Amino acid sequence: MPVRQREKPFGLPRPETPHGEIVILEERCKGCGFCIEYCPHGVLVNAKKFNAKGYHPPEIVKVELCVNCGFCRMICPEFAIYTYEPKTGEKP
Amino acid sequence: MKADPRGVLTGSHFIDGDFACCEGALAAGCRFIAGYPITPSTEVVERFARRAPMVDGALFIQMEDELAASIAIQGAVWAGKKAMTVTSGPGFSLMMEHIGLAAMTETPCVFVDVQRGGPSTGLPTLPGQADMMQARWGSHGDYEIIALSPNSPQETFDLTIEAFNLSEQYRVPVMFMMDECVGHMMERVVIPAADKIEVTPRRFTKLPPGEYLPFKPAEDLVPEMFKAGDGYRLHVTGLTHDFRGYPAMNPEVQEQLVHRLVNKIRLNAPKIWRYEETGVEDADVVIVTYGITSRVAVEAIDIARKKGIKVGLLRLVVVWPFPEQRIFELASQGKALVVAEMNYGQVFYEVDRSARGKAPVVLAGHGGGTVHNIEDIVKKIEEAHQCRS
Amino acid sequence: MSILNELQKASLSPTAGLTGPDKHPMDDFLRMDRMPHIWCSTCGIGVSVNCFAKALEKCGFPLDDVVVVSGIGCTGRVAGYVKVDSFHTTHGRAIPFATGLKLANPKLKVIVFSGDGDIIAIGGNHFINAARRNIDITVICINNFNYAMTGGQVAATTPEGAILSTSPFGNFEFPFNLPFLAESVGAVYVARWTSLHVYNQTNAMVEAMKKPGFSFIEIVAPCPTIFERQQKMGDGLDRLRWYCENSEIRANAKTKEADIRLHDKMIVGKFVDKERPTYLEAMNTHYQERLGPKYKVYEG
Repeated sequence: MPVRQREKPFGLPRPETPHGEIVILEERCKGCGFCIEYCPHGVLVNAKKFNAKGYHPPEIVKVELCVNCGFCRMICPEFAIYTYEPKTGEKP
Repeated sequence: MKADPRGVLTGSHFIDGDFACCEGALAAGCRFIAGYPITPSTEVVERFARRAPMVDGALFIQMEDELAASIAIQGAVWAGKKAMTVTSGPGFSLMMEHIGLAAMTETPCVFVDVQRGGPSTGLPTLPGQADMMQARWGSHGDYEIIALSPNSPQETFDLTIEAFNLSEQYRVPVMFMMDECVGHMMERVVIPAADKIEVTPRRFTKLPPGEYLPFKPAEDLVPEMFKAGDGYRLHVTGLTHDFRGYPAMNPEVQEQLVHRLVNKIRLNAPKIWRYEETGVEDADVVIVTYGITSRVAVEAIDIARKKGIKVGLLRLVVVWPFPEQRIFELASQGKALVVAEMNYGQVFYEVDRSARGKAPVVLAGHGGGTVHNIEDIVKKIEEAHQCRS
Repeated sequence: MSILNELQKASLSPTAGLTGPDKHPMDDFLRMDRMPHIWCSTCGIGVSVNCFAKALEKCGFPLDDVVVVSGIGCTGRVAGYVKVDSFHTTHGRAIPFATGLKLANPKLKVIVFSGDGDIIAIGGNHFINAARRNIDITVICINNFNYAMTGGQVAATTPEGAILSTSPFGNFEFPFNLPFLAESVGAVYVARWTSLHVYNQTNAMVEAMKKPGFSFIEIVAPCPTIFERQQKMGDGLDRLRWYCENSEIRANAKTKEADIRLHDKMIVGKFVDKERPTYLEAMNTHYQERLGPKYKVYEG
């Protein structure tokens, strides 16, 4: 029997995995690498380009994996990155 | 503004100078004292500890050291209260850094120093007047303060109110320089009704947040004040700062800020000077003195006058800023000056400098521990009289 | 000027207000006219300020009532960057200043944000007495094991063996164990977290600020320019990886065991969370008992 038919109670909507959009304020970045290292889904990498201060800001490579957990926003010492939920605008 | 009657103990009292100081503070609206016990000033805080629970909004806390006391009062001032701390020589030395902070952040507060014999632990229970220069120059850097010196418990009461008024008027820490004699002598102190006491309210700004700049001076070089919790969201720092209060560490801002801090008192000095003159018009010799020594000097003047020397008395009530102009006038009139103080020369050097060589200046000083011998002062008067002729 | 007006009027929460490609949700909370801040790349202080902003949002205090007091040092600069009434006082004396503020106006929410040298070395006496009295303030101490602002001198919290400019042959002094000290002098809330534990830090700050009494949070932070470089431990990111491997969240840990050694595991977590009457509560209760109806309760 397929798993779905054994759900009780039947027919509840599936919980949706949240998705987040990322905004990076590149000119503020000091290249610490915390957000890149600690994103749980590896969404960010070090960009090849420099910002005006000479640091490599993060670059988004797998935006579809961002779940709006907000860890990058919390751990950034420069207030240079944040995420938001595109439908509701919620910022964690 | 009239005094708040809840703090005024109207009536005629027989109390000592320390108690009178506490009563004066309460009458002036002081509702926060952070202190540390040190002879001979302890009675001020003992009295306040007893009075504070009965006065609305008053709180006393005995801090763990004078450093904590001298900065806790500044926290209380920035939260909106009038505050005072009390100490003597060794504690005064500890408070120096925070006197500098109060001068730099323009925090209105009163520091009472009931002077005793020094230096170091010195003579805890005996008088001295050797902190006068320290009151002016004790902290590092360029700044100006106001210092007052009473000579009786009644004057202590009156001048404490004046000290608070001056500190609010000029947003400056005020040093209240008593000595152990005045602090511990008991005399009649008449405290008038609250509506007879003039109290200067804090110069809070009326500008809304966003327009108000906390360190932008008004015409008399004194900025308006704010308090934490009113929604201004401003920054106050001991670093050299601009009008907004933000640190700005460059020579231009240093010049603008520190020069103003100094000029605030220097240019307003004629309004702040206060001294009492007795018999100076016809005098050949003038005794310049302050505090308890002035009471001994009065006796010495009587004796000298009987000996035929015309002596007058100039009693400094506000010691800093120093009334150089008046001293220069007296010296220019050819009057010899005798400086009687309980130290080996502190205000003496100011008098000497202010006289600019126009008249002889003689020091009648000693190391403290007791008030002057009248004969010693008379001898110095005779010496000055001799120098003059 | 009018934008400032709007921001100040509009925001009770640090994350309300403008966002977009040039703005961050926390910008309302920061003095943007003073940015960028002075902290080095991979320094942990910025992370704590971030968590602090989030914690204030979660607590929901009106920002007009929040006051931040700091001392001198790298962490002492925090007061200059947060857009609340803030005071940058003298070295070591943030806690008595905060005491004066809080006792004069008990409605204020006073937070002391300062470094390890400032709070426990020169400010040690004030720390232990404020904790003893249980003054209702929150002390957030960022511990980077040295006096960083002045170039990296040995501090009272420097682990044994560390090489710093005034211990060039290694530190032979034994450091303070801050949670142990805080607990023994009577702090009602004691926690230690690192710069890596951002959510734990934030929640600790929320708990500490909501809790009446003297709360203490030690945050172990990297100091890449000085401490980590002198000990050849890499930069802040390497240090965060080290925290990840070597910090142990131990439930019901005893503060006595919370010593920090240079190369050993470090215990983090909430150590103490107890109840004790605050200074003002004790004062009011006591005077009411002794003085009866003559005494009017002190409310500021």
